[in-house]
Amino acid sequence: MESVNGVIVENLVVRYGDICAVNNVSFHAASGEVTAILGPNGAGKTSVIEVCEGFGKSSSGHVEVLGLHPIRDHNKLTTRMGVMLQGGGVYPSARVCDVVQQFCDIYDKQCNADELIAMVGLDERRQHIWKRLSGGEQQRVSLALVLAAQPDVVFLDEPTSGVDVNGRLIIRDIVTKLAHDGCTVLLATHELAEAEKVADHIVIFDHGHVAAAGSIAELRRGHEYTRFTSDQNLDIADLSRVLGCSVTCAQNSGDYNIAVVSTPAIIATLSSWLHEKNLPLYHVSSLESLEDMFSRIVAASENKT
Amino acid sequence: MSALRAQLRAELQLVSRNGEQLLLTLGIPVLLLVFFGLVDVLPTDTDKPAQFLLPGILALAVMSSAMVSLGIATGFERSYQVLKRLGATPLGRSRLILAKIISVFCVEVVQMIVLLPIGLMLGWRPANATWLLAILVVLLGTSAFAGIGLTMAGTLRGEINLAAQNGLYLVLLLLGGIIVPMDKLPTPLRAVGHALPSGALADVMREALTGTSSMLGTSLVVLLLWAGIAPLVAARLFRWS
Repeated sequence: MESVNGVIVENLVVRYGDICAVNNVSFHAASGEVTAILGPNGAGKTSVIEVCEGFGKSSSGHVEVLGLHPIRDHNKLTTRMGVMLQGGGVYPSARVCDVVQQFCDIYDKQCNADELIAMVGLDERRQHIWKRLSGGEQQRVSLALVLAAQPDVVFLDEPTSGVDVNGRLIIRDIVTKLAHDGCTVLLATHELAEAEKVADHIVIFDHGHVAAAGSIAELRRGHEYTRFTSDQNLDIADLSRVLGCSVTCAQNSGDYNIAVVSTPAIIATLSSWLHEKNLPLYHVSSLESLEDMFSRIVAASENKT
Repeated sequence: MSALRAQLRAELQLVSRNGEQLLLTLGIPVLLLVFFGLVDVLPTDTDKPAQFLLPGILALAVMSSAMVSLGIATGFERSYQVLKRLGATPLGRSRLILAKIISVFCVEVVQMIVLLPIGLMLGWRPANATWLLAILVVLLGTSAFAGIGLTMAGTLRGEINLAAQNGLYLVLLLLGGIIVPMDKLPTPLRAVGHALPSGALADVMREALTGTSSMLGTSLVVLLLWAGIAPLVAARLFRWS
């Protein structure tokens, strides 16, 4: 794959009549990286992706995909772009092998349909028709169609929705490999755990604007803590005194937050304190999960608006 | 060429696998031709009803494949997001439409291969047939009905499109002089029938296959107008997603 500029979105506005679905959005998805677009329903993710794919019109702003205009240069873009819709996109009565072969022939890049079907783990389903596949299998066929493009940029809408564990591993491997080979991957998803595993860059949308953007490490900065799980009703005043920092507890639960970055010293002090009191230590984590980060950022964004 | 071939192959595979479409494009025309060709209940004023029926049934066959079958299939493709997905490939709009039109012609060829011998067996005599005109009529009819079918497919939701295509099919069948001769209809309906694409197509087809058109000049003009305007309207109103 050739070196490309990825996706550049600057001051994008998308209006549907009086409704402003996307309000002055800017971000950059670099080539060779997986950029995950996250956000609640109605946040504007799909509108932005449709503009990037050339299916939607912007009201104002600038969008560039691989250095091309998505609508004016659509014919050039389609030869280098792979698109995975959230659902559908295939004739319900088409057989898996036929539809993959159809896309291989349309892109005409010498891809072998059988190899693509094997790559997404559907060897045994190659003669099945689309509507008889499970939702997860349909998503994997859609991914095979993306691969037929040998793309420089891909837009994946909820690629792991309804996919089982093995399917997720396969999809994750393929997405990672696409990025490794230099492809720009733009991934819209509600599945935060999945995004956390594959994304290099996160863009969080809320109410039509970008609430936060950056690598997961960048978005976590300033929100590091140590979290642990033990019995309920610990003496958190005493623990706070011993650790020398604030300890809080989620109401009626055994989940506790220590308001400092976890260090070996903090973990050692905590373990020793629990050991002295003969209390259990079920779980310790030192990073804010993407889910917590997402909730924090969206809540902050909603407070602002 | 590779993309066009691939899409044409997909279109033909889908037509061959779709039982409802085969029933519509072959079953109904064959059934009507055989039934009314054998049971002399229509006021056709001929000894051999097939002499009147066959041109109309061929017009019906063109209407079935170019309008109803194409329109319903395309409407569902739009609601299943197949068109949107194809729009993200190098296939392009023109090759997609070309593939659909070629696949309709392929179906029409099969329809003619099946219907003409049945017509012969039932008493149709092609002594006065003008085959060049017949081919031209099929082309014009295909353009007109494909335009109507795609306009409906491109503007109506899948289920509404399905019902509307079938409803319109029935109206065009009854008022188009296909089964019941146009001059047996009440005068106001006769005027409507002559202005319909099915009426014009059946009349010009009757001239092409039996040399017995009732008003060739008018029918040809009406057919030309439908064949020219309907695809333009479809191109203007059609939505891909």
